Amino acid sequence: MSAVSTSPVIERGTATSRIAAIAVALIIALLAAAPQFLSAGAVDRMTALFIYVILAAMWNALAGFGGLVSVGQQVFFGLGAYFAIRLADAGLNPLLALFASGLIVGAVSWPLSLFMLRLRNGEFAIGMWVIAALTHLLVNLDRLVQGETGTSLISLNVYDAGTRRTTIYWLALVSMTALLAILFGLLRGSTGAAIRAIRDNEDAAASVGVRVTGTKRLLFVLAAFGIGIAGALWLATSITFQPKTYFNVQWTAYMIFMVLVGGIGTFEGAILGAVVFFLIETWFGGAGVWYLVGLGAIAVLFSLFLPRGLWGTIEERFGLRLLPVGYRVRLPGNPAAPADDGTAPSPQTTQHQEKA
Amino acid sequence: MTHPQQQAVLAAAGIHKRFGALVVLDAVDFTMSADEAVGIVGPNGAGKTTLLSVLSGAFPPSSGTVSFKGGDVTSLPATQRCRLGLVRTHQVPKPFSGMTTFENVFVAASHGAGLARDEAYEEALGSLKLCGMLGVANRRAETLGLLDRKRLELARALAARPTLLLLDEIGGGLTDGEAGELVDTIKELRRRKIGIVWIEHIVHILLQVAERLICMDAGKIIADGDPQTVMADPQVIHAYLGGGPK
Repeated sequence: MSAVSTSPVIERGTATSRIAAIAVALIIALLAAAPQFLSAGAVDRMTALFIYVILAAMWNALAGFGGLVSVGQQVFFGLGAYFAIRLADAGLNPLLALFASGLIVGAVSWPLSLFMLRLRNGEFAIGMWVIAALTHLLVNLDRLVQGETGTSLISLNVYDAGTRRTTIYWLALVSMTALLAILFGLLRGSTGAAIRAIRDNEDAAASVGVRVTGTKRLLFVLAAFGIGIAGALWLATSITFQPKTYFNVQWTAYMIFMVLVGGIGTFEGAILGAVVFFLIETWFGGAGVWYLVGLGAIAVLFSLFLPRGLWGTIEERFGLRLLPVGYRVRLPGNPAAPADDGTAPSPQTTQHQEKA
Repeated sequence: MTHPQQQAVLAAAGIHKRFGALVVLDAVDFTMSADEAVGIVGPNGAGKTTLLSVLSGAFPPSSGTVSFKGGDVTSLPATQRCRLGLVRTHQVPKPFSGMTTFENVFVAASHGAGLARDEAYEEALGSLKLCGMLGVANRRAETLGLLDRKRLELARALAARPTLLLLDEIGGGLTDGEAGELVDTIKELRRRKIGIVWIEHIVHILLQVAERLICMDAGKIIADGDPQTVMADPQVIHAYLGGGPK
């Protein structure tokens, strides 16, 4: 046992991460002011980017941190839009309806979690897809929706096009910022450590006192809420609601793409993946079917050659952590310790093993 | 110690465990007090790990009751038992492989022991230090070798602040030197008044700690008492060496 004169220190951030925090604040301030400088089309595109970031961050929290891989997250996206339509039809202010809808989606996901979280791994993934398909059919039965003909969030027309565009842009920006902040707070706290422990080994997590089901439920409901908000915002930007568009599995495919390319299980990765996806869509989205082929090819190449995604690779290679959720132990008299990511045994480690 | 029954911290009564038609535990009764160190030996398939799982709450017994600190915990899952102070380690280490060594132990300190952040840091660092793992605190658990994984099992269980620690072949697969180090750590736990139930095949290591020895065979306890007496018991020798029908 190594003799330690003074106690080791736990570090949560790094010098880089403190700079990153300031940079994040600056970027958000810039984005808030951006509609004054951007064209109408660009404002719409940026709104889409914010929605993509929400989707990627939520799927990453669920799968990358919590180990809950779902291919049915479009159910919450579709329900987010559907409840907004319903609430607006009942006379609620359409902008208010967007957030109320997110809350309802979260509330609906709670009873759903009671039986879905009993399923493990592949069963859960496919089970969620089944839930999404079923929900799609049920929503089609609503007279208001008129089957696949769909309907619109007509009441948004009380605002003129310019006001509507910037308002939705700001709402999307605020939603993204708030949801990312909530996620970051959750994942960085002791619940976040429990979430990752459950991902790595559920039985072991239970044996050291982690409330497995309750913790998974919290994450599941939060992800449903966030994706519900994203669906409602998407409805606000496109106005029309056709069930087959919103309950389409492509939404989950996009989430998976963004997270895999960006770096699963890293907070920064999901955001980076959303930006990459957004750029690809902006540049090549017009290429029709070849665009989809290209997306598929990129996903395959990443899973073969960069399984940890862009950010995972950067983090591994350069030890760079901008928004760290983990813990580093700094041992006294060994300032280099926090940088040791553990991939290569440090001299100290080797020495330790020799002693053993 | 005159009335061990009254001081019993852990008591299992009439434990049966069946997996389908297979009877793995057959009417096992087991009682121990908080300051005991009990070793469990027995041939493979005797039901040792199953007993430990029933005691720790990994799964419920088919029949019988388990009580801990005077309360019936038979229906309590492992999470709650851990929080009460009944903590186990796993025969095949189950690290949280994507997390660092420190984070592994921190989870136990903050959830198992229910400590607030700074206290959980202290507890986690204390456990790592005791198990000689401070040097690998920032390593991802998936990069650890077998000895360190075994140590991590122990460090993680300790950080949950157990009253009673259930060790499942913590020395299995290790060299004598490596296992000796673990024994030193476990002796330190004894000085801290942590009760221990230890399943181990390497008997000479087990006997450095165990004050009482139990031998299991075919789902039953066949001998229980002073280690020397148990090891000399003809039934125990028979169970280990076999040799035709009794």
